[in-house]
Amino acid sequence: MPRRHHPRWDILLAIAAGGALGSLARYGLAVVFPHPRGAFATSTLLANLAGCLLIGCLMVTITDLAQPHRLLRPFLGIGLLGGFTTFSTYVLDSADSVLAGRPGLALLYAAVSVLGSLGLVVTGMLGTRALLRLVTARRRRST
Amino acid sequence: MTVLLVSVGGAGGAVLRYLIDRRVQRSHDSAFPWGTLTVNVLGSALLGLLAGWALTGAEPGALHTLLGTGLCGALTTFSTFGYETVRLLTERARLYAVANVAVTVLAGFGAAATGLLIASALPG
Repeated sequence: MPRRHHPRWDILLAIAAGGALGSLARYGLAVVFPHPRGAFATSTLLANLAGCLLIGCLMVTITDLAQPHRLLRPFLGIGLLGGFTTFSTYVLDSADSVLAGRPGLALLYAAVSVLGSLGLVVTGMLGTRALLRLVTARRRRST
Repeated sequence: MTVLLVSVGGAGGAVLRYLIDRRVQRSHDSAFPWGTLTVNVLGSALLGLLAGWALTGAEPGALHTLLGTGLCGALTTFSTFGYETVRLLTERARLYAVANVAVTVLAGFGAAATGLLIASALPG
């Protein structure tokens, strides 16, 4: 296999650091908003919704930057937001609600997570794009 | 101690996700996000196994913090899943976007249920 396929160590380090920080932040939310097994998992939902809003902002910012630092996306996108949001806990939280005899709650939680997340990615992207356009227009006017 | 376990698991999970995603995506010449689907299904199966093990009362709590909260949490992702779905929508690959949501959610739930069943069937 050609050598260039091997990922660089600094990229892996940036991803690891971001993943550790993101996971800790998600754990912190779970401590602040605890929920009994089978109940509505507010902390997981909050992490996933906030993470989706932020990835929308991040991806637009990165595409708009003339020369984004090459560790910016691995650290923030793959590491931090990837570690902050979680799919496995979302699935198990829903399964717990079913096991606790609350399939309606599971369905509501599952649907709100997916639809809310998609909506917030779009919101993050559109909002950031509008903000960047505003800043550029203002800068152009002042020069 | 918990903070250390979550950080180590989270760091490992994030790196593992990157490596698996690269490998899977390289072997599929497609706009469909196979890599993210793979890590989400894998992580759900592993967390299902852990949860099933916990139901038998044999699973140590530290292992759940390290592997469940840390590793599985960072191995799987909602943000990339959401972003890739929206990107498919905006690139007019609507069928792929709908398929991505349906397949990820159904396969994730199926994988977790399988993990749960296997772990609870094992002698504790």
